[in-house]
Amino acid sequence: MTAGAADAEGTARRRPTGRTLSPSAWLGVAMLAVFVAAGIFGPIVAPYDLSLPHVELAHQFETGSAAHWLGTDGSGRDALSQLLWGARSALALSVIVVAISSVLGLAIGTVAGWFGGAVDEVVMRVVDVLMAFPGILLNIAIVATVAHPGIPLTVAALCANGWVGYARVARGQVLALRDRDYVTAAVALGASHRRVMARHLIPNLMGPALVQMSFGLGGVILIEASLSFLGIGPQLDYTWGAMLEQARNFLWNTEWVRVYAVVPGLAITWVVLGANLLGDGLRDRLDPRQRGRDGGR
Amino acid sequence: MTIGPFLVRRLGSGLLAILGACLLTFSFLHLVPGDPVDHLAGGDAPPGMRAAIEHCMELDRSLPAQFVGFLGHVVDGTLGHQCKNGDPGGPTVAARLAEVMPHTLALAVWGMLIAVVLALPLGVAAAIRRGSWLDTAATVVALSGIAVPQMMFAPLLLLWGFISLGWFPGPTEVGPRAIVLPAIAVGTHLMAMLARMTRSSMVEVLGEDYVRTARAKGLPEGRVLVLHALRNALLPVITIAGLQFGSLLSGAIIIENVFSRPGLGSTLIEAIRERNYPVVQGAVLVIAAIYVAVNLAVDLAYGLADPRIRRAE
Repeated sequence: MTAGAADAEGTARRRPTGRTLSPSAWLGVAMLAVFVAAGIFGPIVAPYDLSLPHVELAHQFETGSAAHWLGTDGSGRDALSQLLWGARSALALSVIVVAISSVLGLAIGTVAGWFGGAVDEVVMRVVDVLMAFPGILLNIAIVATVAHPGIPLTVAALCANGWVGYARVARGQVLALRDRDYVTAAVALGASHRRVMARHLIPNLMGPALVQMSFGLGGVILIEASLSFLGIGPQLDYTWGAMLEQARNFLWNTEWVRVYAVVPGLAITWVVLGANLLGDGLRDRLDPRQRGRDGGR
Repeated sequence: MTIGPFLVRRLGSGLLAILGACLLTFSFLHLVPGDPVDHLAGGDAPPGMRAAIEHCMELDRSLPAQFVGFLGHVVDGTLGHQCKNGDPGGPTVAARLAEVMPHTLALAVWGMLIAVVLALPLGVAAAIRRGSWLDTAATVVALSGIAVPQMMFAPLLLLWGFISLGWFPGPTEVGPRAIVLPAIAVGTHLMAMLARMTRSSMVEVLGEDYVRTARAKGLPEGRVLVLHALRNALLPVITIAGLQFGSLLSGAIIIENVFSRPGLGSTLIEAIRERNYPVVQGAVLVIAAIYVAVNLAVDLAYGLADPRIRRAE
C-alpha cells in the first residue's frame, strides 16, 4: 500500500486537471503510513524482548503500568511489544498477499478480457467456482488441512481466492477499453498481443486496480486475524489475531480483557479503516460520473 | 417476459460452479498428506476396524470411482456416511448437516433482520440530511461496523451482556434468549455495509429527474421519499443484503466460535480437522448450493423489482 500511495500521487501528477484526493482519503494514507512505520520500526523500538522465554508469573494479567503501558498477557509478556511485533507480521503478510494476488489477478483478468472466447469462458468458470466458497471458508479449508500452517501455506490460502477480485476488475476494464481507438490503432500498427496488453491495457486499468488493492489490504488483515483467532493462523511469533484469541480465552478476567482485547482490536480497526478511507477516496476520484461533472478529466 | 432462457443459462452455470467446488474439494482432500483412517480410528486401531472404515468411506476404490460414488450419494440424498467406527449404518452426512441447519438459519435470519432494521433508517436519514452531523455520525457508525473486527466485538459483547450485566445467557446455553447476543454481533456488522449502500443509492436516486417531477407535482415529501426514491434506491441494497444472507447461511464462523454455537461453518471446520472426507464433501456441496441459489434468487428479485431489467431481458 506504500506503492499504492505513491502511484496515486503519480496519477495525480499525470492529470493535473483532475480532482485531488479528498481529505478523508489523505487521512487514510496517514493512517496506513502509521501502520507501515509501526511494522518497520515497531519491533526495533519495542520496550521488551519477546523472543526470550521469560515467563513472568509475577506480572501476569496487568492492565497497564509505568513498566508495561498496555499491560501484560497471561504469561506476563508486555502487550505493547506484542502489538508492535504484530504490526510487523500484519504488514509483511498483507504486502506479500496483496502483491501476489494483484499481479496474478490482473494478469489473468487482462488475458481473459483481451482474448475473450474460450479463454474467457474457462477463467470465468473458475471464478464462479471460487466465488461459490463464501467468505473465508476457502482460506480456512486450505490452512486447516495441516496441523501447523506455515507462512507460505497461509499466503497461498489467502491468494487462492484473493486474485479473483483483481481478475474481475481487470477483465471488466479490458472489455471497456478493448474497442478504444488507441487500442485499435496499436493492433493496426501490428503490435503483438503482449505489447497491447502490457503497454496499452494494463497501464489504463491501474486506477481501478489500486482501488481494489486498497480494499484488498483491509480484507487481508481481517482474514489473517480471523485465522489466527481460530487458532489456524500462520505460526508467527505474535499476531493481532492471536492476541485476540488469548483475550477471548480469559474472558472472565474482565478488567484485564477490557485492555488486552481492545489493544489489538483497535489496531486492526485502524488499518482496515485507513485502507477503506483510501479506497473510497481513490474510487470517488476515478468515478467517470464525478469526472464528467467537473467538465472532463 | 422471456425469463426462460436466462433461467436455464444461470441454472446451468450455477450447477457447473457447484460441481466444480465439489471437484476442487475432492482433489484437495486427496492431495494433502494425512490418512483419514488414522484420524477416525486412532493410531492403534485393530486392522479390521481400519479396513471397515476404509471400506465405509469407499477409500478402497479408485479416485474416479470415489467421486462418482459421492455423486451417487448426492442423488440418493444421504450425502454419504459419517463412518464413525467404520459403521455405515450410523447417521448420514445429510442428517448431521440437517441437525445444525436450524441454528445457522436462525442466526442468519435474526442477524439480517437487525441489520435491515438499523441500516435502512440510518442510510435514508444520512442521505436526506447529506453533509449534516447526522450524515457524519452515520458514516462513522457504518465505517466502524466494517473496520471493527468481530474477533474483538463479539467477545466484548459477551463480556458486557453475559458476564457484566448478566442479562443474556452465555455460550453453550440453549433457548430463545441465547440467540440475542450472537444476532446483535452479526447484525451490527452487516448493518454497516447495508447502511452505506442505502445512503449512496438514496443520494443518487434523490438527484434523479423523476424525484424532481414528483416534488414538482406537489406530492407530500414523505410520499416522494418512500414511494419514489426509496423504492428505487432499494435495488442495490437488495443485492448486497442477499449476498450477505448467502454467506451468513454458510456460517458466521467467528460468531459461532465465540458463542459456541453449532452451525454449518463450524461443522465444516470440525470435519476438515478430523479429516472426515464425506462430511467435508457434503458440507461444501450444501454451502456452494446455498450460495449459488441465493445469488440466483437475488438476480430474479432484482428483475421482479425493476421492470426495466425485465424488459431488457
